[in-house]
Amino acid sequence: MTITAPPAGAGARQQKRRLGDVWSDRVFRAVALAAGLLVLLILGLITWVMLSKAWSAFKYQGPSFVTSQHWDPNSNSFGAFAYIFGTLVSSAIALVIAVPLSLGIALFVTELAGKRLRTLVTYVIDLLAAIPSVVYGFWALAVFTKPVQTFYTHVADTIGKMPLLSRLFGGPASGASFMTAGLILAVMITPIVTSLSRETLLTVPQEDKNAALAMGATRLEMLRVAVFPRVRSGLIAAFMLGLGRAMGETIAVALVIGSSAQVTSHLFRTGDTMASNIAHNFGEAIDLHRSALIGLGVVLFGITIIVNVIARVIISRSNRSLWEVVR
Amino acid sequence: MTITSPPATPDDATSILRRSISTRRRVKNGLATAWMIGSLLILLVPLLAIVLYVIRKGAHVMSWSFLTKDIPIVSQFPGGGMYPAIAGTIVITGTAALLAIPLGVLAAIYLNEYGKQHRVARVIRFMADVMTGVPSIVMGLFIATIWVSSGLHLGYSGLAGALALACLMLPIVIRSSEEMLKLVPDDLRQASDALGARRWRTILSVALPAALPGIVSGAMLAVARAAGETAPLLFTIGVIRTANWNVLHGTNTALSQEIWSNAQTPFPAQLNRAWGAALTLIAIVFVCTVIARVVASRFTIARQ
Repeated sequence: MTITAPPAGAGARQQKRRLGDVWSDRVFRAVALAAGLLVLLILGLITWVMLSKAWSAFKYQGPSFVTSQHWDPNSNSFGAFAYIFGTLVSSAIALVIAVPLSLGIALFVTELAGKRLRTLVTYVIDLLAAIPSVVYGFWALAVFTKPVQTFYTHVADTIGKMPLLSRLFGGPASGASFMTAGLILAVMITPIVTSLSRETLLTVPQEDKNAALAMGATRLEMLRVAVFPRVRSGLIAAFMLGLGRAMGETIAVALVIGSSAQVTSHLFRTGDTMASNIAHNFGEAIDLHRSALIGLGVVLFGITIIVNVIARVIISRSNRSLWEVVR
Repeated sequence: MTITSPPATPDDATSILRRSISTRRRVKNGLATAWMIGSLLILLVPLLAIVLYVIRKGAHVMSWSFLTKDIPIVSQFPGGGMYPAIAGTIVITGTAALLAIPLGVLAAIYLNEYGKQHRVARVIRFMADVMTGVPSIVMGLFIATIWVSSGLHLGYSGLAGALALACLMLPIVIRSSEEMLKLVPDDLRQASDALGARRWRTILSVALPAALPGIVSGAMLAVARAAGETAPLLFTIGVIRTANWNVLHGTNTALSQEIWSNAQTPFPAQLNRAWGAALTLIAIVFVCTVIARVVASRFTIARQ
């Protein structure tokens, strides 16, 4: 906008330009809003398109789509329970391993490391997060499955002989198994869970920690009284987001889980997940089989959305309560 | 009168502290510290194992002809290269970035400059967060059903793959750009307003340039993630053995997809090609990540 006074008689033009300015602002705002609404449009379209394409399989199979274990495209029976089970088990294993690891690293970064080391560790974790999942899967398939099978067999021969534990760790052990998939997933979700946990841990004011330390608390005691109570919900949200990531992870799992679906408590046996089944078979699938695989996608989408929504609600709640405290 | 006191030694204070903390507490604390350091070391093992192994295996096949030759028709035999896949990864990821970054930045501008805490803005923000959690295979299925083989029936193309990747990148770009715009001090905007600039002008010529390094860094991380994705491409781009730089027409291929299909074969030539592709892909992804970090660190210095 010019500050120089307009020449006499240019008043009308000035008026017109100002009107144009008002409109340009409205148009810009509308374009920006449209870009934002694209998010809602895409999520809506995903839900609608996939539900309508999966509908014929859902209608054909009925509720047994999620309860039956019998999945055989040749005889048109599509019971997806074994795949749902595989997704849940492999990501549960991943979470059990990734949670202590991530929390440990996040605490290392926030409590132990100096400034230099902190930057370095953050850098390394970024790189770990950047390794493509297909590379993880390829490496695991080519390098990891053989030695790990020997290890599993060893475990099955010792711990696997004990009562109760034999149900989880009993033999015969396979290199491609729920456990291998869970281990790879754990490595893959650790970076994201670490950085989310770190963000949460950084919200604790240094004064609170200093107060605990001044009372003579050791570092662990300080964490227990001053840090953990404050960040509990944030950490839970971080773990849930990691769980969502693990459940949706496709390619690495598809390469190392063995791709034979079964419902078993034995973690050293082969299994399959929803995402892996889609990745392996969608290309060749036709008609009802194709629809059923899209149905698997709908179930996977539904579960991950629920997990993510819960995590996000927890985060926004805890933010709000923090905000109220500040006020 | 004399006050007798033991001679002070430098480690007096620490020794008093040490005596006052019981062994149990000290051991527990030591274990906790060991847990923190141990976690980091445990995580470094797979990172080093994977990166070193890929470099060792990939270096064997890496050569100028590997980077510039087509994929052989009989892929069980050695020879040939990965040029089509490199071209595909570049052109598909690039198109996805062209789609997702401008839209994502615009959406972030709406959220931070116009919407703020308005209900619509809060819903968009929440859903963008949720959208970052949508599995990549679901994005692939979505584009496959709506664009490729049913719905619009447009068939396999690089563009279809780029659309799936763009859907993955969009929420990441939105949220990281919004965070960066949030960091721009309000003083700058007010100064521009006071000069009589309109809102859109303030945003485009003041707020956006100030946040640009941060936005670029976030976008590069999204690009790095998209370049490594396989699942969204499996049912959207098809297969091809010669380079196809035309993103709009014809089937295409990508490094990630070539690793996926070659990894599942028993033939050494194909496995070697997959290792070469893995090394190339990791190099591309790491370069993007490092650029993002460097730009981001410049940004922090500029802000101070």
